Amino acid sequence: MSVMLDRAAPLLAVEKLEAWYGESHILHGATFDVREGEVVTLLGRNGAGKTTTLKSVMGIVGKRSGSVAFGGQELIRMSSNDIARLGVAFCPEERGIFASLDVEENLLLPPVVRAGGLPLDRIFDLFPNLKERLGSSQGTKLSGGEQQMLAIARILRTGARLLLLDEPTEGLAPVIIQQIGKTIRALKEQGFTILLVEQNFRFASTVADRYYVMEHGRIIDRFANSELDANLDKLHDYLGV
Amino acid sequence: MFELLGIPPQALFGQLLLGLINGSFYALLSLGLAVIFGMLNIINFAHGAQYMMGAFTAFFLLQFGIGYWPALIIAPIIVGITGIVIERLFLQRLYQLDHLYGLLLTFGLALIIQGLFRHQYGSSGLPYSMPAQLSGGHNLGFMFLPNYRGWVVVLSLIVCFGTWFVIEKTKLGAYLRAATENPTLVRAFGINVPRMITLTYGFGVGLAALAGVMAAPIYAVNPLMGADLIIVVFAVVVIGGMGSIMGAIVTGFGLGVIEGLTKVFFPEASNTVIFVIMAIVLLLRPAGLFGRAN
Ligand SMILES: Nc1ncnc2c1ncn2[C@@H]1O[C@H](COP(=O)(O)OP(=O)(O)OP(=O)(O)O)[C@@H](O)[C@H]1O
Ligand SMILES: [Mg+2]
Repeated sequence: MSVMLDRAAPLLAVEKLEAWYGESHILHGATFDVREGEVVTLLGRNGAGKTTTLKSVMGIVGKRSGSVAFGGQELIRMSSNDIARLGVAFCPEERGIFASLDVEENLLLPPVVRAGGLPLDRIFDLFPNLKERLGSSQGTKLSGGEQQMLAIARILRTGARLLLLDEPTEGLAPVIIQQIGKTIRALKEQGFTILLVEQNFRFASTVADRYYVMEHGRIIDRFANSELDANLDKLHDYLGV
Repeated sequence: MFELLGIPPQALFGQLLLGLINGSFYALLSLGLAVIFGMLNIINFAHGAQYMMGAFTAFFLLQFGIGYWPALIIAPIIVGITGIVIERLFLQRLYQLDHLYGLLLTFGLALIIQGLFRHQYGSSGLPYSMPAQLSGGHNLGFMFLPNYRGWVVVLSLIVCFGTWFVIEKTKLGAYLRAATENPTLVRAFGINVPRMITLTYGFGVGLAALAGVMAAPIYAVNPLMGADLIIVVFAVVVIGGMGSIMGAIVTGFGLGVIEGLTKVFFPEASNTVIFVIMAIVLLLRPAGLFGRAN
């Protein structure tokens, strides 16, 4: 318990994480951490292994080794349903809205795993459009932006403390990106801890406390938001932009 | 009395009722297949054998003095548990593979189960008497309705629409539908999807066994009673569209009725009409009447 209350100890500590899809070895010893209440962004080119990292934390990747500690508890051998029950929630890159569920069913699908999740009216404060679309017959009939909001909204109810968000701004219009930025800052104020994957570091700089840069399944650099400007050239280099 | 196209109404309604009864079994069995296929991605060829096991379990229970009414509940549970064992031992190893492997494995299981029962009990059929409360019948004026047959239709309708309701309208159903689409993500929300899959198979098998208990007083309890039926049921499933719950129910009852009417108007075709419809549907709408093409 003392470990969990210590603000300096990371909520999520990942060490020497390796992961495989079948025979292909994707993560080669990634080490990073996220402290309670922080927004940490994982940057990196296409195929660097960012999504695989989130999936490994969530327990979705079949074969993984190293250490993933959440609140002092080791997750590396746990099944994803048990990891979710500890208070980790995942918002996938492809959003994962279910076509055979209506909007409300999609929103209410993830079970509450702990006390302290956002009540529905708070969620509708964050995403007013969703409230209007509740009656919609099919989750996948929503626009891309609305689907992204739904994918975030549904994991806020559950009481999860650590949110894993995979490229929430990908392919969305600037106004919607702004709204998602606003939401992430609001969530941070609420005390959520967020590990964010982004390619768009302009967007990331509006929400993140710290950054890690990933390449070929390894963390190759790290810096704080205040150091962003000093690192811009390097970043352009890393990300090839 | 009036006649319809030269057919006496007694014969017409009699065949219609027979069609509805066959349809009740088609619907229950194809519903179980659809539920199993949706969650497990496996075409459960053992379904006919499991239907037969339901009838036999009712027969065995009777030897212990346990009658029809308790058997309606107990037999599906017992056979459902054998399904759970099969899923844990064998089927769970096949989910990553092509449908064909599940079909071959369950086909093999069906042959083994039927072979064992035939070895033990021959193929002449064992009698199972009707529950006393449902013997006799009612004269409806235009036809005579045997009580037991009416009960079969009503119970099948209740079970089918109950299952539909749970899947389409409840929270548990939302988990099932979501897990059919993306089991990995549903699991990452904290749902024990593997356990849900196991229980779904047990439930689908239990539905087959329930149909078997319902069939026991009508047809003799016979090791091969499911083998013939399941071929027709697969045709029903192909026509309705694999994996659609409502499709399985509507197609099951509908084809039973069509088959019954064919017996009245064109008896020569009554054994083949379902397969003819299947061929036409496959040509015009390969995903089935209610299936989603993808
Ligand atoms: N299911 C899979 N099976 C096999 N290889 C995979 C699978 N998913 C991803 N990969 C490979 O793993 C590597 C890392 O993929 P990952 O999705 O983690 O990258 P990413 O950093 O998230 O990229 P992006 O920015 O494009 O989302 C890539 O080379 C990819 O081709
Ligand atoms: Mg990715």
